Amino acid sequence: MTIEANMPTLPPLTGRAGHFRPLLEGLARRTEPVAIALFAVVVGLALFSVFIAAIGKSPLQLFQLMYAGGFGSWFSIQNSLSRAAPLLLTALCVALPARLGLVVIGAEGAVVLGGLAGAAIAVPLIGSAQPLLAWVMMAVAGMVVGGIWIGLAGFLRHYRGVNETIASLLLSYIAIALMNHLIEGPLRDPASLNKPSTAQLPPEFMLGKIPGMDVHWGLVIGVLACIGSWILIERTSFGFAARVAGGNVRAAQIQGLPVGRLVVGLTALAGAFAGLAGTIEVAAVQGSANGALIAGYGYAGILVAFLARHNPLAIIPVAILLGGIDASGGLIQRRMGLPDATVLVLQGTLFVVILFCETLYGRFKAFNPDLWKRSA
Amino acid sequence: MDDTALGFWGVPLAVLAGAIRVSTPFIFVSLGETITERSGRINLGLEGTLVFGAMSAYAVAVITGSPWLGVLAAMATGAVFGLIHGFICKFPKVNDIAIGIAMMQFGLGLAFFLGKPFIQPSAPKLPAIALGNWSSLPQVQSALNINVLFLIGAALAVFLWWALKNTRIGLILRVVGDSSDAARAMGLNPDTIRLVATAAGGALAAIGGAYLSLFYPGSWNEGISSGQGLMAVALVIFARWNPIGCFLASLLFGGAGALGPALQSVGVSQGYYLFYAAPYVMTLIIMIATSSPTRPLAGMPGALSLVK
Repeated sequence: MTIEANMPTLPPLTGRAGHFRPLLEGLARRTEPVAIALFAVVVGLALFSVFIAAIGKSPLQLFQLMYAGGFGSWFSIQNSLSRAAPLLLTALCVALPARLGLVVIGAEGAVVLGGLAGAAIAVPLIGSAQPLLAWVMMAVAGMVVGGIWIGLAGFLRHYRGVNETIASLLLSYIAIALMNHLIEGPLRDPASLNKPSTAQLPPEFMLGKIPGMDVHWGLVIGVLACIGSWILIERTSFGFAARVAGGNVRAAQIQGLPVGRLVVGLTALAGAFAGLAGTIEVAAVQGSANGALIAGYGYAGILVAFLARHNPLAIIPVAILLGGIDASGGLIQRRMGLPDATVLVLQGTLFVVILFCETLYGRFKAFNPDLWKRSA
Repeated sequence: MDDTALGFWGVPLAVLAGAIRVSTPFIFVSLGETITERSGRINLGLEGTLVFGAMSAYAVAVITGSPWLGVLAAMATGAVFGLIHGFICKFPKVNDIAIGIAMMQFGLGLAFFLGKPFIQPSAPKLPAIALGNWSSLPQVQSALNINVLFLIGAALAVFLWWALKNTRIGLILRVVGDSSDAARAMGLNPDTIRLVATAAGGALAAIGGAYLSLFYPGSWNEGISSGQGLMAVALVIFARWNPIGCFLASLLFGGAGALGPALQSVGVSQGYYLFYAAPYVMTLIIMIATSSPTRPLAGMPGALSLVK
């Protein structure tokens, strides 16, 4: 087979259809991921309905409650947005390395250590520093620690050939043990008797709410991080190099791209975002680093990133959707007497079905202009 | 004689006892993962299988009163989880590692959901064989109170090691794991064999879960596993896909995991949380020491895409 035989051939641009062809092709290529993702969500919800019906509950009532609890009122929308805030950042921790072809699932550890670092650096600043300085210091501390943690997984992957999925997960367990050690010992606030914590932040150090909303600033930071990441990946030469390396490492190396620096840099940035999520959780919600930081944001972020197909902009709506599902958990528990794990079952079902539907890509002629008839 | 009479000598004894007691889930999960990976596929979802196995074993043991029926039920559910994973991975463009993560979340969620009513009732435990009656020390007696599943696991490791080398099924598994093309040339269907291997791996991993809920710690709750299903995947790499290596590595992991509680029991109160991290740190160090960026790991099945 010659090389030419594999090349998609464009039709001669004659006739009226020819003028619209590039437009249609672009539209078809862009519609494919949205259509397949929506199809996957519908199939996932259908399977989940069967499960709910099988245990004798009404799926219809469940979805109604889910809507009411997640998006039915201004109160519940704000609740959903608050829950989405950390997911935006932890999803980036999965999505950015994924563009390099890496599966990093240890965001939980970076969240925990980022929160701890932010809380620890704020303690000596209490009473002497302006809140703005304190916030900057906390954010830097959280991002540096988170960046080192996930960057280490990237470093080990590239320079030692260690599987990054398992390494990042092990690092996550180590991070949790480290936090437990530090908040039980050296960093423990003697005043925290039953629930070991670091010293409580004074009210002026707490990150406030967005004006007019009951949602903290973490949401804005998360959205900005997603937009910034999208620009970085899609519109800069660094992002282009990363995508090349993610597509084919050998080709990238032959081109002389600094693959090692790309891997470490992007995983460190990913970890920095997860670390920042932890810091924000401390500065906006908890007021100190404690066991409540281990809330599964890192694991929920994996689902968000895969559902968004590692596109930083798509993370924003997906995180809000997942935040809404999460927010409705309490209502479902109270009204229908279902356990709180119901939300986990739904998330797991969606996750499996969405990954399964990856196999549908390229199978539909309508989405694949290369298969269109030349006379179109 | 009271519990503290041994003093610090209690630590190595507790580590030995822990190695035997804590290692059993590692043995079953790592042997299961070895079968799956020898066929050329990774199932990262064994953590979910393990926890679901723990839940179903406990539930069935509560309902029927027989812990062994519980173990059988766990095996069945584990096989189903493996079949789902294997079936989905048959399709093109599906990433087996990502599916593993998804199956893990699904398994955990479903186990917590269905297991809610079984947190309260207590289930009959799996029997143990008291091999320590020659000693008057209660610590020695409890250390050598060995569960039947541990012995089965040890025997299974030896059997799998032998079977992989000397049986037709072992050969088929190795061929499929080393090269899908070679397997097809022999007239074998790699997808079918991987499906069966993943199901077998899931069934074994679920036995590990049954051990957790029916013997040690011997109860069902949402925090029953501390990542054994995931560490076992790393352990298989460390053991170089060798079943006997898996058994020995599991003992090592069990011992490392028992270090924290053992030190705590003799009054070391500072920093014992750090010792809880010992198995994870050890796994990571071992993976760093044994991996290489330039060549595949020795003994790694050729069709396995551990590092793309």
